[in-house]
Amino acid sequence: MKYKLPFQDYHKALIKNKLMGLKCSECGTITCPPQMSCSHCTSFDLEIVELSGKGEIKTYTTICVAAEGRESEAPYIIVLVELEEGPWIMGNLYDMDPQRASLALVGEPVQLGMRVFPGDKYSDGPAARPVFRFAGSNEKNP
Amino acid sequence: MRKVAIVGTGHTDFVSDARKTEIEMFCEAAAEAMAEAAVRPRDIQALYCGNVFGDFSEGQGMIQSYIANELGCHHVPATRFEGACASSTLAIRDAFIWVASGFYDIVLVGGTEKATAMGTPLATRTFAMGTDGKYEFPAGLTFPGFFALLANLYCVTYNIPMERLREQMSLVSVQSHFYGTKNPHAQFKHKEITVEQVSNGFTVASPLRLLDCCPFSDGAAVLVLASEEAAKKLTDRPVFITGIGQASSPRLSAQAPYLPRIRAREISVRQAYDMAGVDPEDIDVCELHDCFSIASIIAAENLGFAENGRGGELWENGETKIGGKIPINISGGLKSKGHPIGATGASQTCEVVRQLRGDLTADGRQVAGARTGLVDTLGGDGIISNLVLQTG
Repeated sequence: MKYKLPFQDYHKALIKNKLMGLKCSECGTITCPPQMSCSHCTSFDLEIVELSGKGEIKTYTTICVAAEGRESEAPYIIVLVELEEGPWIMGNLYDMDPQRASLALVGEPVQLGMRVFPGDKYSDGPAARPVFRFAGSNEKNP
Repeated sequence: MRKVAIVGTGHTDFVSDARKTEIEMFCEAAAEAMAEAAVRPRDIQALYCGNVFGDFSEGQGMIQSYIANELGCHHVPATRFEGACASSTLAIRDAFIWVASGFYDIVLVGGTEKATAMGTPLATRTFAMGTDGKYEFPAGLTFPGFFALLANLYCVTYNIPMERLREQMSLVSVQSHFYGTKNPHAQFKHKEITVEQVSNGFTVASPLRLLDCCPFSDGAAVLVLASEEAAKKLTDRPVFITGIGQASSPRLSAQAPYLPRIRAREISVRQAYDMAGVDPEDIDVCELHDCFSIASIIAAENLGFAENGRGGELWENGETKIGGKIPINISGGLKSKGHPIGATGASQTCEVVRQLRGDLTADGRQVAGARTGLVDTLGGDGIISNLVLQTG
């Protein structure tokens, strides 16, 4: 059985600002990021769907000490976002000064954008990553 | 299934910048454990070794085979376990199963790590390899970041003001450093700290400060396991492994239905409790995985020592000290004792065995009359393993 939505396909879609997920044919649950089985009922019978990219922030952190090769990115904000369709995904938030981030972010509505992590010597190539902006903000690509 | 005893323990000093190799450290701890049990190399039938980053820290893979032969356990089957920070607890669990099954009578199990050889930037990168490399590391997730996300979520979920959680987290680190001064093997055996120092340290990943985080460490710990029959000839103070548990987690975001609880821990520890026929209130001493201060609070809840959202009160009320309701991390924990990740589970187990044997009075950290102990180890995003240990 083929892997329905491999990382490379997810990555190529996200570069075009399209967030792809999987809808379970048996229970209807949306799974994102992709995996082999439905995150709710474990069915392998999944179809690829495009998600809205809209959601709300559930938690955040400002990273001040980054991994090797990514030191110049710090400080930066990581958020966990609950998508409209249900699943939580991890991304960044570049709409504000990382040093001013606080628990007030929790519950804020956000909209998906993306940036590309170019990869390092351990990562087998680049990876598009979700980058969120506050819903209603004008920036197309933060 | 046969009963399985721990009959020997060995533990090196945990340090920064060890002068010895991972193999040498494992061999030293093994020699101590084998001497305690009076077993010779030819008595050892198999070897199980937790080791995570030897490939990166020393350019040394396949360490288990070299260790077996260096120790004189020539040609015995030797297996390396990689489960991030839980590696050697997984190794102990598997070693237990092989002895309990009757396949082996006496085996050696432990772990070794030289994390500080990588330096902080590479160590931060390699530790982050325990996160999801395709879907979460690209956002810049680090391990402090993982628990920082949970700390903020904890406040929101349980409606606890960050100021109060801040104080609770600081109390966790202060207690660990207090007991660390009583452990001659601890990395910070000379360093006590204050709430103010923890709360005002530099931010690693908000809200976590430097002293909320365990250090990078080097060291090794090793145990000799034996069947009940074999143990009778080796020691009159056996400590039995009476319950084991292990459970796996998906990437952090996929744990959403449960967060900030770590569901895998609740499953793993229930397996261990049920197998041993005990409950949380039966545990006399616990070594739990305090890689970050908030991790201790969440673990205490997952293990059943407090209601969800009330774990920090255990530290506020002194219930985690000797004499309290549930003494936790009397070794100093990962925070003060140190966290050489491949060795950590074996170190926690070694500590609990010594507590149950009553060995620690001279150090000033003996939990009087302890008969039942719990080991809790977390690897990466959530490989959890638990062991219940009991005196005979």
